[in-house]
Amino acid sequence: MLEIKNLHAKIADSGVEIINGLNLTVRAGEVAAIMGPNGSGKSTLSYILAGRSDYEVTSGDILYNGQSILEMDPAERATAGVFLAFQYPMEIPGVATMEFLKTAINSQRKARGENPLSIPDLMRTVKSAAGELDIDFAMLKRPLNVGFSGGEKKRAEILQMKLLEPNLCVLDETDSGLDIDALKIVSNGVNSLRSPDRAIIVITHYQRLLEYIVPDSVHVLYRGRIVKSGDKSLAQHLENNGYAEIIGEAA
Amino acid sequence: MNMNIQAQLPKTAFEAALIDGFAEQLSKLAGTDAVAANRLAAIEALKVSGLPTRRIEAWHYTDLRQLLRAVPAGRADVAIADLAPLLDDCRVLRVVNGQAISGAEIDGISLSPVADLMNRGDFDNALRPRGSDDAVGRLNAAFVSDGFALEFAGDRVFSTPVELQNLHSGGQVHVRFPVTIGAGSKATIVERQSGAGPAFVSSIADVDIGAGAEIVWLILQEQDSKTDHLGQINIKLAKDARLTLFVMNTGGKLVRQDINVDVAGEGADFTLRAVNLLGGDSHTDVTMVVDHREAETTSNQVVRNVAIDRARGVFQGQIRVAPVAQKTDARMACNTLLLSDDAEFSTKPELEIFADDVQCGHGATVAEIEQDQLFYLMSRGISEKAARGLLVKAFLAEIVEELDDEHTVTALERKLDQWFEQNG
Ligand SMILES: Nc1ncnc2c1ncn2[C@@H]1O[C@H](COP(=O)(O)OP(=O)(O)O)[C@@H](O)[C@H]1O
Ligand SMILES: [Mg+2]
Repeated sequence: MLEIKNLHAKIADSGVEIINGLNLTVRAGEVAAIMGPNGSGKSTLSYILAGRSDYEVTSGDILYNGQSILEMDPAERATAGVFLAFQYPMEIPGVATMEFLKTAINSQRKARGENPLSIPDLMRTVKSAAGELDIDFAMLKRPLNVGFSGGEKKRAEILQMKLLEPNLCVLDETDSGLDIDALKIVSNGVNSLRSPDRAIIVITHYQRLLEYIVPDSVHVLYRGRIVKSGDKSLAQHLENNGYAEIIGEAA
Repeated sequence: MNMNIQAQLPKTAFEAALIDGFAEQLSKLAGTDAVAANRLAAIEALKVSGLPTRRIEAWHYTDLRQLLRAVPAGRADVAIADLAPLLDDCRVLRVVNGQAISGAEIDGISLSPVADLMNRGDFDNALRPRGSDDAVGRLNAAFVSDGFALEFAGDRVFSTPVELQNLHSGGQVHVRFPVTIGAGSKATIVERQSGAGPAFVSSIADVDIGAGAEIVWLILQEQDSKTDHLGQINIKLAKDARLTLFVMNTGGKLVRQDINVDVAGEGADFTLRAVNLLGGDSHTDVTMVVDHREAETTSNQVVRNVAIDRARGVFQGQIRVAPVAQKTDARMACNTLLLSDDAEFSTKPELEIFADDVQCGHGATVAEIEQDQLFYLMSRGISEKAARGLLVKAFLAEIVEELDDEHTVTALERKLDQWFEQNG
């Protein structure tokens, strides 16, 4: 589903290279974990997948279902089924969360040539998805992410993911800032989306989340490239021994 | 600064046409000899001083002499389309091409066309400009033809809004709306400024609000892009009176809206919310002076601007606190989104405080759309155009949604949507 080939990318303003020969393949149905120390380029990779213009791809390619997405803007990628759950979701004053959900859902439906959801259908769908994530419906009347607690923001991200039903889900440190109960609820939300025609990339630097969302593959990102790949036992190994050994091998 | 000390400049084509036109029109304009004398005094002052230039402080960002170019000819033969009222279920009073159209009585409101007042001698002292730099007052005094005077009875809740429509099909239009609100009453008044084709409009509302009354006054200026519009609202608030003034500018070529507020009674409150949607080559200037003249008065102003194309905008906000006006609380903010490189907005806040125990503040920001927010919305599949629209609308909706009445909020948001459909 996703093939990243020898990707190099830099910060558009400063020209500093952050991603530096990165290769990664994720198949449909797979849950891949990307781990790595702080500052190794995990969030940058997620932003580049989503199409953020602060970064410039200088060489290599990103193929999604066999086609390059480098020329697509973020909205086109989202409509094609790419979804990023942000590490730090943006606050949007003046846009009620419910209004935003309606706009996002119906923009994607429209782009696929479907009719917009009626208000009652929309309310029903959102209510049920919010309930599963233990989100208070009153929260959805507030401006998007404004004044949400860290945990509320993460849940709101997963709510959007459930409602938009993407094919490629990228979750950037969705576990940070969550207490154990919230972590379970959010993990259940993610697990409910596991399916043979969907790929999920879970970015984290703790093994803890991977006890709840068990990955099929684990990749270590360091200095902008994947330096080691393995199965879920690699995550356990990292938990026990830290990154030093693998980083040492890579260097 | 005094207009009369301006060195005499040669008359512009606009000034000459106004002055020549006046001689011709005077005999046709309503009013007693006293009214005619006031008109003559106003035109005499124009002859001596001319229109204000940027040397006059109140006109620093809006050089009227430069900006007013042609006095448009009337087009009385052009039919005027009906204007749908902003709010359902309201009473509409229409002034068409400078003439009040008499309609049905309104319960609790005593109504007279301004031309009748001028002819009856009830307007002999009304046509005095506010000062030497009051160009709007001066032009209007010379040429005012009609309008509506409204007296709202006291101690009543007027649940049906009143809409004052000043409509034209081009040419010159000079009207007035003297309004008094009885003590203890509540009402919503909508002022519409609209028309078609090249026009030069001046419209003045004098609003006297009695003790304890609560008023919402909405001004919607939606003039044609060929219309020069000079608006003025002069407000006096008695003890414990409250006014929420909502101003929305969405059209016009040269637009000046003066807002003069005399917070004259203890405990009175003035709230201004203004939305300026500026496009094309328009020039829009909102100039406000709020005088806190008694103790424990409050005022609060938020002006939000969106400018595209080559539009220019101005907000001058002056708050004056008299020595006796202790415990005044006055806040003013002006925020602008510039959506094109060629658009510009100038803000001039001014606080003149002569009392010591007061809380006053002001702030101004000019920004572009936040790229982070745009990316976030787009990453959910919302197109760039729609995402920009959502962010700009959110910036304005924040202040529209502060209004208490849900119907008013919906109606104003519809106006915002219309503007973005036409200009987005
Ligand atoms: N927009 C940016 N401007 C400047 N530096 C950046 C920017 N984005 C990322 N970086 C830098 O790139 C490196 C990788 O950052 P990031 O992708 O956030 O790492 P991670 O998510 O793995 O912690 C860090 O050194 C970070 O400071
Ligand atoms: Mg990160």
